[in-house]
Amino acid sequence: MMAAVTAVPPFERFYAEHRDAVFAFLRGRVGAGADDAFQETFLRALRGYGALRHGEHLRAWVFTIAARVVTDEHRRGRRVIVAEIPDLESVDERPSYEELEELTHGLPPKERAAVVLRYGYDLDYAQIGDALGSSAEAARQAASSGVRRIRRKEQR
Amino acid sequence: MTISPELDTRFRAAALEQGLLDVAYDIADTPVGPLLVAATDHGLARISFDPDADAAEDQLARVFGARLLRVPRAVDPVRRQLDEYFEGERHDFELPIDLRVASDFSRSVLAELAHVPYGRVTTYGALAAQAGRPRAARAVGTIMNRNPIPIVLPCHRVVGSTGSLVGYGGGLERKQQLLALEGAIVG
Repeated sequence: MMAAVTAVPPFERFYAEHRDAVFAFLRGRVGAGADDAFQETFLRALRGYGALRHGEHLRAWVFTIAARVVTDEHRRGRRVIVAEIPDLESVDERPSYEELEELTHGLPPKERAAVVLRYGYDLDYAQIGDALGSSAEAARQAASSGVRRIRRKEQR
Repeated sequence: MTISPELDTRFRAAALEQGLLDVAYDIADTPVGPLLVAATDHGLARISFDPDADAAEDQLARVFGARLLRVPRAVDPVRRQLDEYFEGERHDFELPIDLRVASDFSRSVLAELAHVPYGRVTTYGALAAQAGRPRAARAVGTIMNRNPIPIVLPCHRVVGSTGSLVGYGGGLERKQQLLALEGAIVG
């Protein structure tokens, strides 16, 4: 028998489940611009939603989109709260959170979101755990496993 | 932190406006109870007497696609015409209908059904004959029972050959209520 795959839920349910956490995250990053960033995040999610093959890691998926929206806001010169990225020196000097987007491309969604949120946005592991619907410890493991994966990729 | 109702409304409206949805729905309050009304780009796709949004969302998403969102504005024209109908001011609905997912025979039966006038009744057999399959009265009964868009496609106007009401997807009581509203029977 094939392993059961979580079906993609109706968008309404996905939206209801994640909107408040996404908004809280955006408020912390772009302050007063959060309303626009929120709308942009979920419109982008909606554009990609039809192509999803399963309903797993949707929290991580939407946070990755939200992180990208924040990056774009920053490019447009809006105020964004940027964190230092202390743990990634060995990867490539000090990647900006924009480079993080590229660096984390291809990581499993949960690891990607954990790395981006930790090093790009300086959320602590408890916050990341909340965002990803897991424990702080699981968030820490996802981030460190993501970093290891990036290093392996960089070494190739 | 919860988002404001204004932001929520704004996002839903933008999703609809930008044409990003497979299907949108809302609940309409009517004298026969709350109705779940769903529409696609092609038109009115579903009216359900069961306002259980969770079950309806799953079912609609399976049929039309996962990009489903509750957007009141999407069904405003339907809501308005339903209001007029229940006030007795509207006898014919003027709404685009999405029957893409119906089988060919269902579609032809439902097309015939749409022509049964306000305040009149027809029989399952007569409808079967009009759809070109005079002996398919039973199949027509099944199609009526599964009518995706009751009230607007007036399956309440279809009765048995003896004049008995027979059945109704939304319950016999509602069938009686609708026929009484139209003056087809004494309620």
